Amino acid sequence: MATAATTPKDGNSAAPEAVVVRFAGDSGDGMQLTGGQFTLSTALAGNDLATFPDFPAEIRAPQGTLFGVSAFQINFGSREISTAGDAPDVLVAMNPAALKTNLPALKPGGLVIVDEGEFGKRNLDKAKYEVNPLEDDTLAKYDVLRLDISARTIEAVKPFGLGNKDALRSKNMWTLGLALWMFDRDRKPIHDWLKAKFKTKPEIAEANIAALDAGHAYGETAELAGPLRQVHVDPVPTAPGLYRTLTGAEGIALGLVAGARLLRLPMFFGGYPITPASAILHHLVRMKEFNVTTFQAEDEIAAICAAIGASYAGSLGVTSSSGPGIALKTEAIGLGIMTELPLVIVNSQRGGPSTGLPTKTEQSDLYQAVYGRNGDAPMPVIAARSPADAFECAIEACRIAVQYMTPVMLLTDGYIANAAEPWKVPDPEAFERFPAEFLTEANGPDGQLLPYKRDEKGARPWIKPGTPGLMHRIGGIEKAVDTGHIDYSPRNHQAMTDARKDKIEGIRVRDQQVSVGTKGGKLAVVGWGSTYGPIHQAVNRSRRKGLDVSHIHLRHIWPLPANLEELLKSYDNVLVPEMNTGQLKTLLRDQYLIDATPLTKTSGQPFQIAELEAAIAKYFDGVAGNEGGQVAVNDEQLPSPIAEND
Amino acid sequence: MNAPAKIETTLKDWETDQEVRWCPGCGDYAILKAVQRTLPKLGADPANTVFVSGIGCSSRFPYYVESYGFHTIHGRAPAIATGVKLANPDLDVWIVTGDGDGMSIGGNHTMHILRRNLNCQILLFNNEIYGLTKGQASPTSRLGTRSPTTPAGSYDRPAKACAFAIGAGARFVARGFDVSKKLPEVLEAAYRHQGAAFVEIYQNCIVYNKDVFDGFAAPKGAEDHQLWLEDGEPMLFANGTKGITLDRDTLQLAIVDVVDGDWQSAGVIVHNVKNRSIAHMLVEIPFPEFPKALGVLYDDPRPSFEGEVAEEKARLSEGKEPNLAALLGKGQSWTVNDDEGHPA
Repeated sequence: MATAATTPKDGNSAAPEAVVVRFAGDSGDGMQLTGGQFTLSTALAGNDLATFPDFPAEIRAPQGTLFGVSAFQINFGSREISTAGDAPDVLVAMNPAALKTNLPALKPGGLVIVDEGEFGKRNLDKAKYEVNPLEDDTLAKYDVLRLDISARTIEAVKPFGLGNKDALRSKNMWTLGLALWMFDRDRKPIHDWLKAKFKTKPEIAEANIAALDAGHAYGETAELAGPLRQVHVDPVPTAPGLYRTLTGAEGIALGLVAGARLLRLPMFFGGYPITPASAILHHLVRMKEFNVTTFQAEDEIAAICAAIGASYAGSLGVTSSSGPGIALKTEAIGLGIMTELPLVIVNSQRGGPSTGLPTKTEQSDLYQAVYGRNGDAPMPVIAARSPADAFECAIEACRIAVQYMTPVMLLTDGYIANAAEPWKVPDPEAFERFPAEFLTEANGPDGQLLPYKRDEKGARPWIKPGTPGLMHRIGGIEKAVDTGHIDYSPRNHQAMTDARKDKIEGIRVRDQQVSVGTKGGKLAVVGWGSTYGPIHQAVNRSRRKGLDVSHIHLRHIWPLPANLEELLKSYDNVLVPEMNTGQLKTLLRDQYLIDATPLTKTSGQPFQIAELEAAIAKYFDGVAGNEGGQVAVNDEQLPSPIAEND
Repeated sequence: MNAPAKIETTLKDWETDQEVRWCPGCGDYAILKAVQRTLPKLGADPANTVFVSGIGCSSRFPYYVESYGFHTIHGRAPAIATGVKLANPDLDVWIVTGDGDGMSIGGNHTMHILRRNLNCQILLFNNEIYGLTKGQASPTSRLGTRSPTTPAGSYDRPAKACAFAIGAGARFVARGFDVSKKLPEVLEAAYRHQGAAFVEIYQNCIVYNKDVFDGFAAPKGAEDHQLWLEDGEPMLFANGTKGITLDRDTLQLAIVDVVDGDWQSAGVIVHNVKNRSIAHMLVEIPFPEFPKALGVLYDDPRPSFEGEVAEEKARLSEGKEPNLAALLGKGQSWTVNDDEGHPA
């Protein structure tokens, strides 16, 4: 983003293509709310956008501390936006701790807005500033707007008779008001939202509206005197229709509900609280009218086992977790594979191993998804690349699970789960339906029931308990071909191992497309999951520079698309950027014997566009041997690790 | 319990064509027959019955019952059964587990299915040993049990299955043993109970823990060592010459002599299956100091889990149309109009 955006400081008549704004404050300052409402106003203004909320792992961190800083970043523009932005153009810092942790990422020449009312000795000490950064050269590289937001907020809400403590709760609305002015936004939707939110406390609604209006008015009057300029970002030409903001967790939840509807099945969701996967369960418990049953189990194992039990009884069983929880579910996944029951398993990946980095993002569970089970236990794996894509992937997972009678793993990650993007709401009438079918009468010769007789796809029939005459037994012990009776014999185990493998490898997935660029050429950058945004932008920018590079982004990790081998072999080089130590790289090398080169990053931070651009450029500088490698840890990148190290 | 529809069946209807593969003389044979004898009496429908098991000798059970059956993974039968019953509350769900399966690797699930009170029957075959893995000490093995993993005798204190169950919040706790003629009655009571019915069945492992229950299960002297509990009946044993009373000083159960059948003046307690305090004591009394408490120790139903799940789902869905288009468009939404000002 950094290079493409025009900062508000430049404030000339030329509208910038994209702007990155970061709101940072104490956990109690309401920055996520400010960011959320600013996002809505951005969407209403017709800009494309991507957001990333960056909040501390602590539930209630002590006020004013470095590790208690909560931030919300939004990148919006008049062209396609696919990441939350590398470096902010505008930083709003509500206290010294927020300034300290977020300033390193601000673009040189960027605008920093600080609430100087919070820069007293106590807060400076908590932020470990020996000298007030507003009074030395800390901010010399930037444009600075310092103002006492706290005092101005108290002043603005005075007519409502609130105590100082309550009055200061409206600080975030004052700040939002200023931001709305800066980007030429309509205040009315926020007024309406405040009135609805505080329906039972109209005086609080009015106080917040007054604070919002005061912040807005401040912008108008301060414009001529200081660094502040009003900036207008043109809307992106967009197809007409209904839009909404969508997080990855919402995308998954809605996709699962849609998938179950298209299957005409009730959905059963078994879950256990774990970061960052819990949000999916939180959404689904509110959708029970769609024949959704949710079950908060006693542990991860019970969550998946209950889902398997529900699938056995004729519902669409779904479970969800993050890496450590998926590890616990692994034996049960094997049972699902052995008994050939439909099941959707969502893995919201986080940094690992073990407890790892629960609130940070990584995509290091690919081996676990593809290879991580005892025995030869093949399972389809699908990876979502964005919140909107998560919706489609969830539907796809439901379809494959039932059509092929198999557990399916859907990979997402902490970044996708929390990030939001605008989404053109699809018309469910247009979705392809794929109703589930149950066996209702014996399927063998002479009225014999064959629970493991396979159809042309290699799938066995789904037989619901309660169906008269079709009583049978299944389990985790090796089954005889067709009859499903226990059978340990060598010939049978060979045949059943082959049948399970062939079924999964025969799953029909759509041919792999090239996201950006052409088939064939000097370099393909092959990604999966949430690296889509930065790879997409980096490849686009590199192509604008004239480099022969293309972007391929995989949804289907297992089985891989049938045309992928031929496609990858059409390039001279294949670079695989991943937020792990090179897991897709291993898979591609193994499957195709190609020299896929890893570009890895395991700092718990998403790739920056600039990092990928640099890696791509190396293929074109004629220097042999410096392709790929490992991206250096960047302490200045946000989400910043600085606060936690302190 | 379960579906109202009654079906006429015989024991034969509940037998499968699979060869039973327990060791000759294993107590599991007797339990299997007791179950197959009970099911016709209950009017149970094979098509509507599901046996869910974990891993272990006992967990082979579903293969031998002509109904729906799911032989799952070690310790997880209660969790799988929970999904089955929540997905289709009309099914009769039986869980077959053992002391290793249900009290050790799956202890957590046993606790939670009981506290939630899922409507099902849980048959825990307790042979106080790991049989299928060739004879290691189990969590219910008595102190001093010699086994391949405890050659000098076990020293970790055994778990008491029924005490665990009632502590976890079970609303039905019963006991029987493999060859007991009264086992079908116990199973029937478990089936009639609305909610999770926990039945501990002492089972003789002929190979690795032979005859450890003979102290009370052997026919000889049975009347002195078995206390069969009947709701509303005095707690008598030894052909009515002894009974159980409450020692009011120590608040513990005690044995009293009953002379000429006058149990009232001996202070013998009348069994009340709804008395949770007495149930707590009955599951704790030591053998052989006391006779083994058998039969229905406790039976006091509460609303079952799957009913509450269904009720909440109905309540939260009331008056709401399952309109997918509306759901997808919910939240922070806006409309982009075309050039003429119309949404697409």
